[in-house]
Amino acid sequence: MKRTISVLVEDRAGVLSRVAGLFARRGFNIESLAVGPTAEAGVSCITIVADDRDNVMEQINKQLNKLIDVIKLKEYAPDELISRELLLLKVNANAQNRGEIAELARLAGGKVCDITRSSLTIEYCDTPDRVESFLELCRTYGIKRVVRTGAAAIEKGQHPLSLDE
Amino acid sequence: MKVCEAMVKCLEAEGVTEIFGYPGAAICPFYDALSRSSIRHILVRSEQNAAHAASGYGRVSGKCGVCVATSGPGATNLISGIASAYMDSIPLVVLTGQVDSSLLGRDVFQEVDITGAVEPFIKHSFLVKDPARICRAMKEAFYIASTGRPGPVLIDVPVDVQNCETRFSYPAQIQIRSYRPSSKGHPGQVRRAAEALRYADRPLLCIGGGAFAPGAGEALGRFLSKVRIPLVHTMMGIGAVPPAASMNLGMIGVHGQKGANLALNRADLLLLAGTRVSDRAIPSPELLSRDKKVIHIDIDPAEIGKNIPADIPIVGDLGIILDQLTGEVPSLRFRDWEHEIGFYQNRAPAAYPGQGIDPAAFFRELCGRMWPGGILTADVGQNQIWAARQFRVPFGRFLTSGGMGTMGYAIPAALGAKAAAPDRQTVAVCGDGSFQMSMMELATLRQHDIRVKIIVFANNRLGMVRELQQRQYGRTEAVRLDGSPDFLTIAAAYGFPAFRVERDAEIPAALDALFRSEGTTLLEVRVSPDEPTLPPELVEF
Repeated sequence: MKRTISVLVEDRAGVLSRVAGLFARRGFNIESLAVGPTAEAGVSCITIVADDRDNVMEQINKQLNKLIDVIKLKEYAPDELISRELLLLKVNANAQNRGEIAELARLAGGKVCDITRSSLTIEYCDTPDRVESFLELCRTYGIKRVVRTGAAAIEKGQHPLSLDE
Repeated sequence: MKVCEAMVKCLEAEGVTEIFGYPGAAICPFYDALSRSSIRHILVRSEQNAAHAASGYGRVSGKCGVCVATSGPGATNLISGIASAYMDSIPLVVLTGQVDSSLLGRDVFQEVDITGAVEPFIKHSFLVKDPARICRAMKEAFYIASTGRPGPVLIDVPVDVQNCETRFSYPAQIQIRSYRPSSKGHPGQVRRAAEALRYADRPLLCIGGGAFAPGAGEALGRFLSKVRIPLVHTMMGIGAVPPAASMNLGMIGVHGQKGANLALNRADLLLLAGTRVSDRAIPSPELLSRDKKVIHIDIDPAEIGKNIPADIPIVGDLGIILDQLTGEVPSLRFRDWEHEIGFYQNRAPAAYPGQGIDPAAFFRELCGRMWPGGILTADVGQNQIWAARQFRVPFGRFLTSGGMGTMGYAIPAALGAKAAAPDRQTVAVCGDGSFQMSMMELATLRQHDIRVKIIVFANNRLGMVRELQQRQYGRTEAVRLDGSPDFLTIAAAYGFPAFRVERDAEIPAALDALFRSEGTTLLEVRVSPDEPTLPPELVEF
């Protein structure tokens, strides 16, 4: 099963390399990873989606916690989270099917952000599952290039992960 | 004040009196400041040995060992020493010079990304580019290295930063919001552990290197006086068992005592205290945990459940937790189990019928002559196992590279240990392979008048590899040490007396001569090229 870990870290040089190195050397698989600043100055949040094969989640959490730059982390099941991924997609389009593709993007909740004679560039932001489905839909037109971010995720409800306690 | 002067003042404020190192261009400002300090610098002959010496120093003094090297090759030479200290949880503070900060990333002369290189096997590291951060980084390094699960911490300082001005202020105490090692064990888990002990029929205590944490030895003594529990230990736990403890069955593991391993198999409750259950100590943890309850006490939560499933995990400081446990249990005895254990007491196995010295007999004589509190450092290979199986010195310490198995550890570790405790007798044990990995340190012993007895087991073989090859491949390759020098002549070249012993009957006289001799002295012990690591009757283990 996929699990998501939110890791609050000190925003210092080398932190990401320490986290990534840990996954690599202990043989843990990263499905996706996203990093960005938080509301707190000097603190970044790393969102990691990992596969809990062979019950490695406990070791991942414990090993991450051992890193001195990791301030706090929390692991979530999929239903405890709101999770979003951004897709930037360049798809083949010509005068005949341009309208059809643009309509598809609009219906799915995406946005056309660049048009050329032979292509459309679409931005699409949704849950990782729906990003996957939209991408699948677009395949019939011929995909020129795909760029996806890792999932950014936040817990549901009124008790956010914070530095306090 | 310059950053380099602040670094030295930080060391002084931390109470550092000895450091081990090797200078070079990128660390010269620090050495210049050091020359005006009362801190004693011990110049080693290779940087790796500075780290090993700091490790020996740290283990014996209970403080952080400190070592220094320059950028590039100086720093990379430290790597094996850092990794060895990391595996054995030894507190080290490692200082390295770095190239000019404006040139970082340009692959200039003697530039290497040392903080990146050591990342997988170091507790933490700093690259200090901001002069204002140096004092805080030094304090954090000592704090992180010596608290929680100890380990090495590295501070890399570019040479231009060392020459920048900064304000010296060394905080007496610090807090790091992302680092809060736990100390007290969870009271609920301690109660569960006490309950499990009370209802156990065949409990066994297994002691690891964690028992050398401050206060843990005393707490262990108090626990054992209330709970008469049979015990075993790992290689890292040698010397941690109070001499008064009865029912010590010795070392477990692949190279352990038969009695200790039998007891481990038979136990219905295993109390793991400060041990990470390495593959050499417990090769099949999944088999072992099948029919016994496991209580696992460790300061590092990540060690609990990593190698062996724990029924009752207790995270925290071993000494504190043992005292908590002592407070929770009534006086306990396990008479039937004691009776059974009586049959497991180890008998001295028969010697290998080859030529040369019987290593077991040699170590029994050696330990019998060592003073209480004596320190024995063992290298890696057959000599390590021979020494580990026989080491018995009241209040003595046995120092070896347990986790990494780094050859060449014994002499620099002995050098560091003796520098930390000049009044304690210190003996380094090597094979003829490992001796040649660090024999250049004889010069360091000579230069700084550090007095260590060196024992070299010589059979012109890399014995342990020879054995492994013969067992698994039926032939040997690259294990003959042809071309080795005459070790007595080598010692003499450094001005040290040296003897050779070739027959069992000569052992007592040779050891008497070794210990009578002033200062560093070398004893070469001739063993058979076919001498096995384990007594023949244990080999099927």
